Amino acid sequence: MILSGNYAAAYAAKLARVNVIAAYPITPQTQIIEKLAEFIENGELNARYIRVESEHSAMAACIGAAAVGARPFTATASQGLIYMSEMLWWAAGARLPIVMGVVTRALAPPWSIWSDHSDILSQRDTGWLIFFPESAQEVLDTIIQAYKISENEEVLLPIAVAWDAFYISHSYEVVDVPSQRNVDNFLPSRKKYKHTLDIDNPFSHGNLVFPEYYMEYRYYIDDASNSSKKIIREVDEEYYKIFGRTYGGLIEKYRCDNAEYLFISLGAFSGDIKEAVDRLRNRGYRVGFIRIRCIRPFPSNDIKEVMKDINGAIIIERDFSFGKGGILSTETKSALYSLNIPIISYIAGIGGRDVGYEDFIKIFQSSYKCFNLENIPEKPIWYGLRVIK
Amino acid sequence: MVWIKGDKMSNLVKLLGRDEYLLSGNPSCPGCGLALGLRYALKALGKNTIMIVPASCTSIVLGPVPTSSVKIPVLNIAFAAAAATASGMSEALDILGKKNINVLVWAGDGGTVDIGLQGLSGAAERNNNFIYICYDNEAYMNTGIQRSGSTPKGAWTTTTPRGKKRSKKNIPFIMIEHRIPYVATASIAFPQDFILKLKRAREVKGLRYIHLHTPCPPGWKYPSDKTIEVARLAVLTGAWVLFEMHRGIFKLTGPSIRLIEKKYRKNIEEYLKIQGRFKGISKKMIEDISKDIDENWRYLKEKFLDNNRK
Repeated sequence: MILSGNYAAAYAAKLARVNVIAAYPITPQTQIIEKLAEFIENGELNARYIRVESEHSAMAACIGAAAVGARPFTATASQGLIYMSEMLWWAAGARLPIVMGVVTRALAPPWSIWSDHSDILSQRDTGWLIFFPESAQEVLDTIIQAYKISENEEVLLPIAVAWDAFYISHSYEVVDVPSQRNVDNFLPSRKKYKHTLDIDNPFSHGNLVFPEYYMEYRYYIDDASNSSKKIIREVDEEYYKIFGRTYGGLIEKYRCDNAEYLFISLGAFSGDIKEAVDRLRNRGYRVGFIRIRCIRPFPSNDIKEVMKDINGAIIIERDFSFGKGGILSTETKSALYSLNIPIISYIAGIGGRDVGYEDFIKIFQSSYKCFNLENIPEKPIWYGLRVIK
Repeated sequence: MVWIKGDKMSNLVKLLGRDEYLLSGNPSCPGCGLALGLRYALKALGKNTIMIVPASCTSIVLGPVPTSSVKIPVLNIAFAAAAATASGMSEALDILGKKNINVLVWAGDGGTVDIGLQGLSGAAERNNNFIYICYDNEAYMNTGIQRSGSTPKGAWTTTTPRGKKRSKKNIPFIMIEHRIPYVATASIAFPQDFILKLKRAREVKGLRYIHLHTPCPPGWKYPSDKTIEVARLAVLTGAWVLFEMHRGIFKLTGPSIRLIEKKYRKNIEEYLKIQGRFKGISKKMIEDISKDIDENWRYLKEKFLDNNRK
C-alpha cells in the first residue's frame, strides 16, 4: 500500500487490535485519529473511541483502560504532549503497557507546526521507552513491536513511537502492511497482570507511600527500562523471522565497518545522512552512521561497541536543551566518556528547517578539518543559523 | 424518589446490609464527613465496584502502602484526571465484556469543581458510563484548608484569611445543563436519601453525578462530634439543597421538599455560628449569604419547578 507515516501508524494500531483509543486532535497528528475513527465506524476495527477534550484526558483514559486489561492507543504532538506530561509520569509509574504515537513538532511560542524533537525528548525522564522510526514502514513495524515490548512482564512500561512532522507523517511511501494473521501470531492478546484491577482480587493501586518504599518503586522502573534492551533486540529478531524486516534493535549501524568517522543521529533526516555517507564513501572517506532507533532506554553499550576504533563522531540533532546543548549529544558524550573520542555537536533542522544530504556532506567536510587539526569546538554548532543584527 | 421518614437506625441497616467496604481504623480525622459518605457509598454500590480517586483527602484515607482501607479495587490518579480515567476504564470494561461493574469516581470538591472540571465536562458531554461522586468539604482540606471554587461566601480559609468574597460554584446545575441522565445532591446527615439516590443511579446507564455535602471538623472549625449536626443544619437552613434530576425530571428530596417555602427554613445564623470558619463575619456578610440562599432557591424554583420539564 502507499501510505503516509500517519496512515501507517493507524494501520499498525488496527493490526495490533487496540481496543480503546482516546485521542485529541493536533496538527500534524490528525490523520492517524481520523483513519482510526474510520476503521471503527466501518467495522474494520472492534474498539472504543473516546473523543476526549484534551491530551491530559487522552492519557488518563488510556491509563484507566490499561488498568483493567485493555490495549489502548493514542497519538499526539508538541503542545499536546507537553500538556499530557503529568499523565506520562503516571502511566510509567503505574507500570501500564500503553503505546502512543508522537508526531514530533516544534513548541510555541512562536507558533510552528514543523518538525522538532524537543517535544518528545523533553519527556525522556518520564520512564517511557522512546523509539524514533525513520520511515512510514518503520512506524508501522515499530508500533506493532512496541505493544509486544511494552506488554512483556519484564518491561511493563509505556512506549512512545516518535516520527517527524511532515517528513514522515505526511510523506507517502510504499508500505508493506502485514497480514492480520501474522500479526496475531506475533502479538497475542493482552495478558492480565498481578496489578490488573479485578473486583475478585481487590487492591489499591498507587496509594500513598512513605520514604521507606518510594525509592524502590523508582529503582524498579529503571531496572525494567534497562532490561527492556534485551527484549527490544529479541522482539526485533522475532519480527524479522515472521515479517522479514529488522532494524537492528536499539541502533541501526549503517556502513560502520572499517569506518574512521561516524555520524550519529535519529529520525527523518537519517535517510539524507545515509545518502551523504554513500557519497562520502564514494569519494574515499571512511564514514559510517549510527542511527539511534531507541533513545530510552539509551543504547550506551551498543554505541560504545561501534565507537571503539573511531577517530571522531559528528552528532546531528533537531532538539536543544537551553543552557546546555543538544540532548542527543549530551547523552552520547556521557555514554562515551571513558572512550575519549572527539565529538562535534551540530544542531540542525530546528522547527522543520530543511536539511539535505548536501548539508551533511558540508558538515562532514568542516568537521573533518577540525578532527585533523585536533581543534574540536566545545560548543554545539547551530547549522545554518541566520545572524540577526 | 421515595423518602422514608426519619433516619432510624433499623431502617438504615435494612437499607444498607451489614457488609462493610471501608474498614475501621482508616486514617481519616475524627468526625470526618467524607469517611461517612464513602462508607455509605460503597455499601450502596457493593462489591462489583472499581473506584478511581484523584488527589484528595481520600488519597490519605485509603491508607499508606502496603495497606488499603477499602475492600474494592482502587486506582489512584492525578488531580485533574479522574473523569477521563473513568471514561477509559468504563469503555475498556465494556469492550472486554465485563458487564455489571460500577466504575465510581470519588473526588473532592477541588478535584471536581476546579482542576477536574474540564475532564468532568468532557465525560459528561460524551455521557461515559460511570458514577461520579463529588464529596464537598468546601476547601482544599488535604493541603491545609485553602479556598476552592466550592468554598462558600464568607468562609475563612488559609488563603482567604478575611473570608471568601465570592459564592460557591453551582456545579450540580452545571452538570444538569450537560443533559446527563442523572444528577443529584446529597448530604451525609441524610444517609437514606443519599443511598436511595445511589441505588437509583446504579441502575441508570451513562454519566451519573452526585454532589455530596461532607462537613470537615478541622477545616470548618467545629468540634468533631458535631459533623452530622452541621451537615443537617446546612440542609435545614436551605444553604444546601437536596434534589434529584432523573431523565429530565427535577425533584426536591427529603427535608428540602418543604424548604421551597422560605418560612420553613431555619435562620442561616444557626448554621454559621457553630462553625469557626464563619467566626466574626459582619452583619452585612450574613445578609449577603442569606440573600444568596434566597436567590438560589428562586432560581431553582423558576428553572426547574415552575415549568417542570416532563
